[in-house]
Amino acid sequence: MDKVLKIDKSAEKGIVELLKYLLLNDRVSGVFTLRKTGNNGSFDYALITEPALLEDSIPLHPFMHVNAGKILSALPSMRKPVAAVIKPCELRSFVELVKRSQGALDDFLLISYTCGGSFPYKTTVKGQMDKLLPEFWEAVKSGLDSDSIRPTCRACEYFVPMNADLTISLVGEKDLDSKCAIFLHSGKSKSMVEGFEAEISKGELKLSRFDSLVKKRKEQKEKDFKEINIQDSGLDGMIDIFGKCIGCHGCSRICPICHCILCDFESCAYDYDTSMIENELLSRGGVRVPTDTILYQIGRLSHMSFSCTGCGLCTEVCPADIPVSTIFRKTGEEVAGLFDYLPGKDVNEEIPVTIFKEDELSELGND
Amino acid sequence: MSKEFMPKIISFLCKWCTYSGADLAGTNRMKYPPSILPLRVMCSSRVNPVFLIKSFLYGADGVLIGGCHPGDCHYQSGNYYTRRRFAILTTIFDSLGLESERLRLSWISAAEGTKFVRVSTEFTEKIKSMGENPAKKKIFL
Repeated sequence: MDKVLKIDKSAEKGIVELLKYLLLNDRVSGVFTLRKTGNNGSFDYALITEPALLEDSIPLHPFMHVNAGKILSALPSMRKPVAAVIKPCELRSFVELVKRSQGALDDFLLISYTCGGSFPYKTTVKGQMDKLLPEFWEAVKSGLDSDSIRPTCRACEYFVPMNADLTISLVGEKDLDSKCAIFLHSGKSKSMVEGFEAEISKGELKLSRFDSLVKKRKEQKEKDFKEINIQDSGLDGMIDIFGKCIGCHGCSRICPICHCILCDFESCAYDYDTSMIENELLSRGGVRVPTDTILYQIGRLSHMSFSCTGCGLCTEVCPADIPVSTIFRKTGEEVAGLFDYLPGKDVNEEIPVTIFKEDELSELGND
Repeated sequence: MSKEFMPKIISFLCKWCTYSGADLAGTNRMKYPPSILPLRVMCSSRVNPVFLIKSFLYGADGVLIGGCHPGDCHYQSGNYYTRRRFAILTTIFDSLGLESERLRLSWISAAEGTKFVRVSTEFTEKIKSMGENPAKKKIFL
């Protein structure tokens, strides 16, 4: 059975205290968390080894500007694990990257929390944070959704972390301001917190308490899928939606799953030379520039959709406001469903395109 | 009167099985429709799904992948990967509302010249009934 740590402090202060303890007692080599970088509301992920720097850390800040999974995979392997406080979707993305040999779970003590969602990054850029944060935390306490969180988060049913060593319980915790409950799942986490002064008891994070929120989020997801209605509008619908694409490839750069240093679609294989343009002009009488935007989107779907964790950053970075994430999640779920695959759930589960079973899909190819 | 619509079907054929099957059909003087535009690949798993997407978006009326029967792959397991990728791609097409019926995967061995003729005729007829690929006329792809 799991253990639960109860600290008589607010959730954020409690976890910072624990991080400090881990760092001071040399249980971890460093701490990876969100930290204020200025006085204008800016923040960033930071890898910290100096305990005093933890003063400015804001591990539970409800914002997501990058996917930490991708950053973790770029961090060096240190003498001891690094304690990383990340969101559940970032953790799932990291697990997907580990499957692709882009990181190792052993390098980290993975700390996550039941996530109430994050705000669009633009709200912090525009300095509206102070107004929104109190309302957000009230909503989290009562286990509801704040109205101003990202649409992707409102449609996310995987807000309880998978594969975390420690889970901070936030959603539905009425006394967040005075109590901090941290669940310890792995042997690694139990030995690491040894000696930490807090009330320790046995307990488990019961999933049933989130049923109503999961149900609500699932309904929202179905509603979003219905709204884009891409399956009924066909090629013309694709042109309507992706016609706005300016070909910046920002969605793949921010995507935690798209880890390739040289993306296939940025290689010279997709360059247009004069003869190709001439051919296009001869056969169609016109060619769209930038070229191949729809090819890029469908191609990217074929590369990574089954591993899409639905973190929603692609939608957020899109300068043309294309609902990329909703489309990728919808298609991704259908593709992953073919193989009963849930991205980020189990690190030992192999990526669908890298394995096969001899006795599957037998209806294909038999004429 | 306009001429009867003869589709263009880009066909990626595995060198060891389907391409040889097509060869056999040829040496036996069997007739198959001129819609098939064969491209020889070393293995059906050489076919990147993006080849299919590109063919489709650039106006191919149909795309055919021909490979060895499961278990007969010259490279042991190539066609099993092809099968998964093909399933993924058709699911993506369905999910986006594109015509996945224009994509076809067929296992045809080197000895199955008649099967090659039958599959290519059937597929051509099916594409004929579906009509031209709408992507052909779109310039904003």
